[in-house]
Amino acid sequence: MKKIICLIEPRKRGFYETEHKIFAPFFGVFVFLIISLFSFSFVAANDLEQSLKDLGNKSRSKIKKAIKNLGSQGNTAALPALEALKDNRLRVSEDGAIIILDESGEKGQDALTKEQVDLKSLSLRKPRINNSVRRILSTTIGTLQLKSSNPVIRLTAAKQLLKKSSSGLVELIEMALAEETNDEIREIFSLVLAKEGLNSDDKQKRLESLKTIREFGNINFKSLLENLLRKNEKNEFLESDPKIREGAEKALSSIEKRQFFINQFANLFYGLSLGSILLLAALGLAITFGLMGVINMAHGEMLMIGAYSTYVVQNIFKEFFPHLFEWYLIASIPVAFVVSAIIGILLERGILRHLYGRPLETLLATWGISLILIQSVRLIFGAQNVEVANPSFLSGGISIFYGVVLPYNRISIILFVIFVVISVWALLQKTSLGLQVRAVTQNREMASCMGISTHKIDMYTFGLGSGIAGLGGLALSQIGNVGPELGQLYIVDSFMVVVTGGVGKIAGTVTGAMGLGVLNKFLEPAAGAVLGKIIILVLIIILIQKRPQGLFAPKGRVVEN
Amino acid sequence: MKGWLFIFGLLAISTVLLPLLNLWVPEESNFHIPDYMFPLIGKYLCYALVALAMDLIWGYTGILSLGHGVFFSMGGYAMGMYLMRSIGKEGVYKSDLPDFMVFLDWKELPWYWYGFDNFIFTLLVILILPGLLAFTFGYFAFKSRIKGVYFAIITQAMTFALMLLFFRNNTGFGGNNGLTDFKRILGYSLQDPSTKMSLYIITAFVLFSSYVLGRYIVLSKLGRVLTAIRDAESRVMFSGYNTIHYKLFIWTLSAFLCGIAGALYVPQVGIINPSEMQPANSIEMAIWVAVGGRGTLSGALVGAGLVNGAKSWFTVAAPDYWLYFLGALFIVVTLFFPKGFAGIFTKLLSKDKWRESA
Repeated sequence: MKKIICLIEPRKRGFYETEHKIFAPFFGVFVFLIISLFSFSFVAANDLEQSLKDLGNKSRSKIKKAIKNLGSQGNTAALPALEALKDNRLRVSEDGAIIILDESGEKGQDALTKEQVDLKSLSLRKPRINNSVRRILSTTIGTLQLKSSNPVIRLTAAKQLLKKSSSGLVELIEMALAEETNDEIREIFSLVLAKEGLNSDDKQKRLESLKTIREFGNINFKSLLENLLRKNEKNEFLESDPKIREGAEKALSSIEKRQFFINQFANLFYGLSLGSILLLAALGLAITFGLMGVINMAHGEMLMIGAYSTYVVQNIFKEFFPHLFEWYLIASIPVAFVVSAIIGILLERGILRHLYGRPLETLLATWGISLILIQSVRLIFGAQNVEVANPSFLSGGISIFYGVVLPYNRISIILFVIFVVISVWALLQKTSLGLQVRAVTQNREMASCMGISTHKIDMYTFGLGSGIAGLGGLALSQIGNVGPELGQLYIVDSFMVVVTGGVGKIAGTVTGAMGLGVLNKFLEPAAGAVLGKIIILVLIIILIQKRPQGLFAPKGRVVEN
Repeated sequence: MKGWLFIFGLLAISTVLLPLLNLWVPEESNFHIPDYMFPLIGKYLCYALVALAMDLIWGYTGILSLGHGVFFSMGGYAMGMYLMRSIGKEGVYKSDLPDFMVFLDWKELPWYWYGFDNFIFTLLVILILPGLLAFTFGYFAFKSRIKGVYFAIITQAMTFALMLLFFRNNTGFGGNNGLTDFKRILGYSLQDPSTKMSLYIITAFVLFSSYVLGRYIVLSKLGRVLTAIRDAESRVMFSGYNTIHYKLFIWTLSAFLCGIAGALYVPQVGIINPSEMQPANSIEMAIWVAVGGRGTLSGALVGAGLVNGAKSWFTVAAPDYWLYFLGALFIVVTLFFPKGFAGIFTKLLSKDKWRESA
């Protein structure tokens, strides 16, 4: 343990303790110290060069020393070479140049000049290292990473420390913590220190560590704390100090509370995300159902068409405007809407128009349409799923808690749905077209008598509903597979949304979609995905007993038939 | 009277003539019916029985069910469980348990498999369970006056949920592989041509009796009320009829017939799996009736034969275009032939009569 400590700051103390077996190079270090007083940067560069060169030395002790030198210099430029040495990718040429191979082992780079090297012309030698070298190596790499100016590298290094034992690095971490400004990394540093503190002999230190752990509630400590509370065969606590046990218990319950909270939060988020997809799928369905009293079984295929439109736009961008590729998704929004809307209008004009007043026949005819659409897409694009890439601004996510990442694509879908719902609401409530749509929904004959062309309204509304489904397909393409059967997966769920929410009111559809989405995600961990779905279906059937017209039924009495 | 003659003729052809053509006509002859045809025709007869059940509820009462695949599969699974149990220790793993349970490392039979060693018990389950489920479901649905499109969607949701349930391995019905590799029924080998033919003849008789029953119902006063419910339910209610009872009766009967069809289907086809419960299958059942002609029992039988015949032909000759054909069938029939083939047929007949009289 002591050995490693002195590796961190060899200049200050104990440098020779580790090297007592080897002939101590007093002179070299002395010269180095003197020179460093004169011209630090020059020396640093010069020394980096020398130490890097020494990595390829035939003597293992020289290699060790070089590694320690690199660590003490704290120059992160040495990281690639050290990592290469660790991964057996470092080579030494005959003239002593250090060469880093890439992952495939086919290309090489000079560690000093950073130039590409032709490997074939050289005869290369592998530096011989053993486990003791490797140990020093990992510590040094960790040290250098912690000093890196790049927060991402620091974060990964800190997380590594949390996973592995980091005894001996305590002082270094304390120093790093003092300088650290990033809160996330600070948290991990504190936790690493707490983990070490727990193992110390000082009771006060242990209690403080427990307090830190309790404060952050990190799940990684769960098993550690449970170990503290374990009993032996004689039913005695392994940990004799009751205060420590009490602290551990408190910390454990705080971790569990926090974990419960995080889980609920994640469920809520994923539920809202699922709900917003369902909402996009069901909104158009609810509007057309409310207006015309027909269920459009081909509605799911409008989702699929929207997703495939996105795919086509993506490929066009890839082919013709590769420099604008990131923006293909924005361009897809109008395309997906218009393509689905046009197909919807064609269906309405060509087929559904002739079936008004016969809702069950319409249901069957639209099912036939959906079969034809699915098979057409299968013949055009193939039966396999196609790949729709996330633009880079949608990949990744925000990490709000340790271990919970909210993906950008899901967040943006929720925002997108809010935008769509507000637009549809405005269209229905604030425009004269919307007024006419609402009039026809309430009483078709009366609206017709007042001079509203109900056929035109039907056509527009069907186009609107299909277009919204197209947007839903676009959103789906960002989080799931795009295949010919895409629509079939969502159609039953979106029917359920319509049935739950009732027709004719956007608020009903929104409540239905979000309710089903969130309920689904909360039931899933408890009952499993399939049973969760079945429970929801049973709940819906019970709900319909109480409210046959859905949650948000329009008030008033309507004559049936 | 002509209808009766037609049906008796069909029964005679299917139960007497076809078996005779198989047994007595030498194999070289063009009139010889090969052994493998019988399970195939038997399968069609099962479909016809489903279409008959569908016609009673949709064609006559105007209630479109998208859940008949469930009742069909329930009958099928019950029969499948009996057939699995009668494999005995001849499975791949030589165990007393069905193969898939051994594969899943189950040590003993789940409780709901008890009793399926016994054919009588199985028969009771086949006759009772689908009807019971339909009764319960229908009671709640009809009581809260769910009808039309809503009812169709709710039944579809039920189908979907049960399909998901049966796809799970843990449910105990063989997961997505379902039940298969049957060996014998009531001690007779399923591979034996005589067993196949017996199953086929039983199916034909069941279909025939169901037809007679259906015809009796639709011609009775009960049938009149059902048709009235289809055409103007409110008016029937105002006339003092409790429509729930009528609807519940015909709905349960329809599910009952569907369950029997499933039970006859499984030994002839040799497999039952959850894909029978796909929502698409149940919708396809509706199109059989629509093609043949809603509201005519013989139309339903013809429709099931025509659509499934076309399916068999397409899936061999032009598999890519089967869905186009089916889709077009849905559209064309609903748009142009709301009465299906039966409608075309009667139209032709009435035209001839008009010519004769003129």
